Amino acid sequence: MSTIAKPVDTIVIGGGVVGLSIAYGLAREGERVRVLDEGDDAFRAARGNFGLVWVQGKGAGMPAYAKWSMAAARAWPAMAQELTGLTGIDLQLSQPGGLHLCLNDSEVDARIRTLGRLADNIGEDYRFEILDHTATKAMCPSIGREVVGASYMATDGHVSPLRLLRALAAANIALDTEICPNQCVDAISYRHGAFYVNVGAREHVAAKVVLAAGLGNRRLAPMVQLDAPVEPVRGQVLISERVAPFLSMPTASVRQTGDGGVQIGDSKEEVGFDNGTTIEQLSRMADRAVRSFPVLGGVNLVRTWGALRIMTRDGYPIYEQSRECPGAFVVTCHSGITLASQHAGPIVQWIRGGEPPEHIQNFKAGRFNV
Amino acid sequence: MFSPASAVDSQEHVSITINGKETSVRAGLPLALALMEAGITPLRHSVVSGAPRSPLCLMGVCFECLVHVDDSRNVESCMIEVRQGMSVELANGPRPMESAP
Repeated sequence: MSTIAKPVDTIVIGGGVVGLSIAYGLAREGERVRVLDEGDDAFRAARGNFGLVWVQGKGAGMPAYAKWSMAAARAWPAMAQELTGLTGIDLQLSQPGGLHLCLNDSEVDARIRTLGRLADNIGEDYRFEILDHTATKAMCPSIGREVVGASYMATDGHVSPLRLLRALAAANIALDTEICPNQCVDAISYRHGAFYVNVGAREHVAAKVVLAAGLGNRRLAPMVQLDAPVEPVRGQVLISERVAPFLSMPTASVRQTGDGGVQIGDSKEEVGFDNGTTIEQLSRMADRAVRSFPVLGGVNLVRTWGALRIMTRDGYPIYEQSRECPGAFVVTCHSGITLASQHAGPIVQWIRGGEPPEHIQNFKAGRFNV
Repeated sequence: MFSPASAVDSQEHVSITINGKETSVRAGLPLALALMEAGITPLRHSVVSGAPRSPLCLMGVCFECLVHVDDSRNVESCMIEVRQGMSVELANGPRPMESAP
């Protein structure tokens, strides 16, 4: 026998940063929202994240994605202020610009090519600088001699991903969103304009359903005639003891958190649903970090972990409403932190029946079936 | 504040220094326990909030029992055994990060 939960306006499947950002935006607009969160045995990208709010280099193959990311970065300060005002949680957002360090000339050439192509496609809005060793050192005095240069973009920054997750949960709760743990969705059906979401013997009913379940979207999307071909790409992370402030801005692979710990991570591996760590990757990352910042050489490491990115074949998001089941939406992306402000803002307006945001027609799953 | 369980009672002692002060502790103990028995409370202060801290998990997970031992900074004292002549300095603030020239 099934029990039917009280109907709500929107069910969001997925309680990570993406799902909670959307739920927060919807609740802020006055919707009754229920978040179905799978459980602690899920592959939670939101809890293994690196925490960059990052623009440089993104969208080299799709200028719309670069513009989407730039708008997200610009909207971040207001969102952080709003969340902190509502919850009292400091997100440790800092957007002083970001560096991508290069350890040899061919890495510099690659940055010039990638960012140059982006600037050609986007125009003068896309401002980056290529710095030599001296200019990089002036900006970031702790770099080592092996750093030959860097690319710099003023829009880049970082945030504490765990504080963000906690603030989003607290903000949702303050707005009466129900966050239900241990809800692994078995089935979704669409009947007479409503969605019925089954979790074991329990049935949830809503006028709209948003799939924000990360890698779980692949299984859920076909239930509402959508397609979410996402694959795991593992990233490994090293965390140091808390040290005195030494790094004035984040780099693409090393950042110092607001609490003083150093987070190191730049690996990308296609190894399926395996979120373990390997000595090979960890030692490669540690070696590069110490060559970039020799002062890290004597610092203790306290944690390592692996986490799975949610990647489409081209690396770009999918934002789509189901044609056959209107009111069902899929939202999936790799950059849930950077894009959180877009998800809580323009994506929510679109889900509520507003015009689709300017760039999202580029992000439909049909692009994979050409 | 802390008292030893009789099952691990030991008559043998070794001498260590804590912030330069010679202290006799029971042999065979993890350093964190020896420091607790020596009445070092709190053991350190959080480098984030400044709040007082003492050993918590005693199994190498929580990193609350950090001290400097001989030439090593911020060692987990629950994971090493006391040794005759060991020099222990209580941690004070985060590790300084002097940049290379």
